[in-house]
Amino acid sequence: MSGTIIINNQPVAFDKEKSLLEVITNAGIDLHTLCYNKQLAPFGACRMCIVENEKGMLMTACTTAPADGMNIKTHTPRVNRIRKMALELVLGNHPSECQTCDKSGHCRLQDAANAYGVDKIRFKKPEKDPKVDNLGPSLIRDNNKCVLCGNCVRVCEEIQGVKAINFAGRGSNSKIACAFDVPLSESTCINCGQCLAVCPTGAITPLDQTWKVKEAIADENKLVVFQFAPSVRAALTEEYGIENAPKAMAKATTALKMMGVDYVFDTNWSADLTIWEEATEFLGRVAKGERLPLFTSCCPAWIKYCEEFYPEFLNNLSTCKSPQGMLSAYVKKYLADDLNLDLGDKKIFMVSVMPCTAKKYEASRKQLVTKDGEPETDVVLTSQEIIKLFREYGFNLADLAETPMDNPLSQHTGGGVIFGVSGGVAEAVVRYAFNDGAVVEACRGTQELKEIDLDYKGIPVKVAIVNGMDNAGKLLDAIKSGEKEYTIIEVMCCRGGCIGGGGQPVPNEMAQRELRKDTIYDADYLAALKNPADNPDVKAIYERHLGEPNSHAAHEILHTSYEPRDKVTGQWSKD
Amino acid sequence: MADFKINIVADLESLKDKVSAARAAEKIRISLCMGNGCLAAGAGEVYDALKESLEKHGVATKSDLFDEGVKDNINYTHTGCQGMCQHGPLLQIDPENNSDKGITYMKVTVDDVDEIVEKTIMNGEVIERLLHKDANGVSYKNYKDIPFYQLQTFVTMKDCGRINPHDIREYIGIGGYLGLANALKSTPADVIKTMTDSGLKGRGGGGFPTGVKWNFCAKETAPKKYVVCNGDEGDPGAFMDDAIMDGSPQSILEGMRIAGFAIGADEGWIYVRAEYPHAVKSLGKAIEEAREYGLLGDNILGSGMKFDIHIKEGAGAFVCGEETALLASIEGKRGMPRPKPPFPAHSGLFGKPTIINNVETFANVPKIMLLGADVFKQNGVEGSYGTKTFSITGDIVNSGLIEVPMGTKMSDIVYKIGGGVLNNAKLKAVQVGGPSGGCVPADKADVSMDYDSVKAVGAIVGSGGLVVMSETACMVDVAKYFMTFTQSESCGKCTMCREGTKRMLEILTKICDGRGEDGDIETLEELAKAVSDGSLCALGKTAPNPVLSTLRYFRSEYEAHIYDKKCPAGKCTAFKKYHIIPDKCKGCSACARKCPVGAISGELKKPFVIDSEKCIKCGVCAATCKFGAIEF
Repeated sequence: MSGTIIINNQPVAFDKEKSLLEVITNAGIDLHTLCYNKQLAPFGACRMCIVENEKGMLMTACTTAPADGMNIKTHTPRVNRIRKMALELVLGNHPSECQTCDKSGHCRLQDAANAYGVDKIRFKKPEKDPKVDNLGPSLIRDNNKCVLCGNCVRVCEEIQGVKAINFAGRGSNSKIACAFDVPLSESTCINCGQCLAVCPTGAITPLDQTWKVKEAIADENKLVVFQFAPSVRAALTEEYGIENAPKAMAKATTALKMMGVDYVFDTNWSADLTIWEEATEFLGRVAKGERLPLFTSCCPAWIKYCEEFYPEFLNNLSTCKSPQGMLSAYVKKYLADDLNLDLGDKKIFMVSVMPCTAKKYEASRKQLVTKDGEPETDVVLTSQEIIKLFREYGFNLADLAETPMDNPLSQHTGGGVIFGVSGGVAEAVVRYAFNDGAVVEACRGTQELKEIDLDYKGIPVKVAIVNGMDNAGKLLDAIKSGEKEYTIIEVMCCRGGCIGGGGQPVPNEMAQRELRKDTIYDADYLAALKNPADNPDVKAIYERHLGEPNSHAAHEILHTSYEPRDKVTGQWSKD
Repeated sequence: MADFKINIVADLESLKDKVSAARAAEKIRISLCMGNGCLAAGAGEVYDALKESLEKHGVATKSDLFDEGVKDNINYTHTGCQGMCQHGPLLQIDPENNSDKGITYMKVTVDDVDEIVEKTIMNGEVIERLLHKDANGVSYKNYKDIPFYQLQTFVTMKDCGRINPHDIREYIGIGGYLGLANALKSTPADVIKTMTDSGLKGRGGGGFPTGVKWNFCAKETAPKKYVVCNGDEGDPGAFMDDAIMDGSPQSILEGMRIAGFAIGADEGWIYVRAEYPHAVKSLGKAIEEAREYGLLGDNILGSGMKFDIHIKEGAGAFVCGEETALLASIEGKRGMPRPKPPFPAHSGLFGKPTIINNVETFANVPKIMLLGADVFKQNGVEGSYGTKTFSITGDIVNSGLIEVPMGTKMSDIVYKIGGGVLNNAKLKAVQVGGPSGGCVPADKADVSMDYDSVKAVGAIVGSGGLVVMSETACMVDVAKYFMTFTQSESCGKCTMCREGTKRMLEILTKICDGRGEDGDIETLEELAKAVSDGSLCALGKTAPNPVLSTLRYFRSEYEAHIYDKKCPAGKCTAFKKYHIIPDKCKGCSACARKCPVGAISGELKKPFVIDSEKCIKCGVCAATCKFGAIEF
């Protein structure tokens, strides 16, 4: 539908907008909503988008379909009174901790209260509930700061299909909770952090582990090694206004070296390595015609989802560790040897910087430990946390000098960097096994499902690329029912891929994800090599340590295993 | 299984004749009310005792409606609500199946049972003691002569209390399902026209024209549609729908089928609170019987119409009475309202076009289809046709369930039907329409009980709860009571309702506790307006009504609490101060010994004193004192 709406006396044309609120927003007016998110079903709960029509009728713009000839005002005295009261009521229940809140500066509530000048709160604040859900590996959920907008509930259900949280209790005792009020870590939560990406306040934040990194840097017995995931560079260019990804990485390397970090490597390198392993594994399965379709295994949230809800497909998962897992395992096993380091009593402390809260959980998986039983990755910081750390150190990244990342685990191809976007892993596989590094347009874009037909030595290969866990679930159902058939499926849990991970800076909407996607493909364009097969530093480690892809030595450090989980508690069924 | 299957309309008519004949032949029909009020007063025990006593005295009762072998031809049955709940258990004994000759006993106990059998049933004697006596001492042999009943007009409640609700044949015997037969003979468009012509408006509170709603849904082309009956009656003091579901379940099923025919639906759902176990049981039995007789299922009455009905028991959330929350609840989701549009008529249950009507609305439908829109319109006033059931409770002589033409004066309901205020006290106000309604003050008691007039005085007809309040009621306390209810029943979804009701309750509590301060009334008004303007669903939008209406009519009471630190009605304990009147006190020390906090002291045989600092206002002392020496 299209037409014209009179907004505040001015005609505004609309075309494909689904709601009146979209029309208002596109006209350049921010109504400071708390419960609206473009990718979620409208909810109508926060009451901030109430507008008045010429007849004096009130309506929530988010739930009203635009119609030609509508005549509305966004800021009548009556409407303003409602909004201000709504804010006063919400603030009456909200702790006054803005100064130290993780979300300060990005908080929708703070922004709205400030905009509407809610300077007096006549209502007594309730006692703070000391029970904060911080027991899990990835997320902190503090109901004290929750405004019950329901965004987290809807993203978990509508986009991720996990339904780990919902409303519980009635009236003013309503709260967001897991079934049986257990902590997230005892639920089916897959740690994707999409809830925190849509949370308007600081009620859900990444588990802050920056203190561990600072402690490790200060510890003389620790050799601190960093790795940076592909998508983090898109967060850094966005945050600091740096012109491209390689520059952002060079500046981040300077920052880390100033902080006292020993080595800074690039997860792009291990992304190339992943392709060597995974493409080989895939072609092997195609040749034998077994355990197909093969599912990619880079995404830890997807792995947990599969273990919980689709254990029948665990055999189809690639056994490759994620790039994070591969680099950490390699560093802990071979770095000292490669660099002729005498570690003595020193232990390697492996820190990875990821766009993703689920990576924190991945690091805690029982399968991903060294021979001594220690975690291969010691700490995972999200993009949000590294930016926080840089702030504490006072780094304005844009102004820092550039330092090259450390060798030998940083050199990478374009195939490695595009791991950060939906379709990137699939494109890298195609570059490696099918077309020697050429761009595959069909893999690109943030569509929910992409399908490509290829041919491998006369065998038809059908590729599917899916993002968003609920979309993946539907695809799995279609495969189970025989309605769909594929040879290889790339699954990324977050819409748009890792660039939209739960650990990325907020706002983290599709609009930001589109821009980050462009940054990643720019980085691919800038990369001298495109085909992961051409990465000399990957080639080198096979020559030195691993022999060939999928060899016994490679399996020992680069592959892993999966186990079914309970559908209700999310815990390993066998434990 | 049923001994009889109704395949065509002629089957229905022949069964009706057979039932009428069987009932006409009955020498005596004994109907014990087993509505909720009577059950609470012991009707369950009375039922068993009466059965036992009849057997003991050799009085043979029919084992079945068509049982012809029994010599006395006495039918002993239980019924749904007979109306005068305050005086239950109610027992109706109709000789020769003629209720005009009937004897109505009230407050029947197990101890009365043998006497009733010996005197009344075996010998036709009337037991004076068990008849109803009004305030003037006049006693009434037949309920029909009691003003409480005389002034009522029964349409939806007509069968309730007069037939065995667990026997579909009794419903058919009084003309049940002939309305459906009429509908099936015509076209869906005709049915909708009749409904529209009747002017019937939704009886659940919204007051939306039923015919218009059906027409919206009929226009939808979807192959699957639903008919939903809203039996989630939850207003405090409201029990009309329960009575109909329990006492006349077939009328609801018939209404739903007519609706199904009109809109082209083949499936219906009844949403009923699990806290209404008798209604659930009654409806379940009714559905089972209707299926057995072929009145639910395929090819109903040979018309080719297919329809079936399921029951969904609700867990008691008040908000599930809101239609979109109710639909979510049937779907297995949390009962939270969603914004409208889309209205259920376009996208309702499981996303399909759905009409959702209240119990009483459906109960009206068969009568309209049987007798026509004009007959329906003989009751009521312009804009509000037909009758309406009300439950009257509170400080009233005859609390109970009534049905009157719309437009009846509220004062007639209170004084003529209700028998006036308890203990001859002065009427202060009537809360109309439950927590969503408002308080109508005594000087507006002449208001006509129709949708528009009630709205004009700041209340709503709602589902029909009337709580009568005497001078002893504190209006701030009343507002607090209803706010406590809505705040705990808010679904928690939208900010205004969730937080706004909480804060309004906080202020009301503060005022009642004697901690009210300047500005509280203004904040309360500001909140009330914002919540009423800004809430998502009708629950929130109407939640401030009790506050707004009491502020409108009884503002001085709020002010007295805040500024004079007084509760004019003497209700709020915070303002109470117990003290001993020295002249009356004999110094017996009984009060001091009972006081749980040791607040009373004194010398024996001299007047005692109460330390008001220690006193917790429990009132034990006043209750203990034999000399009336303690007052507040």
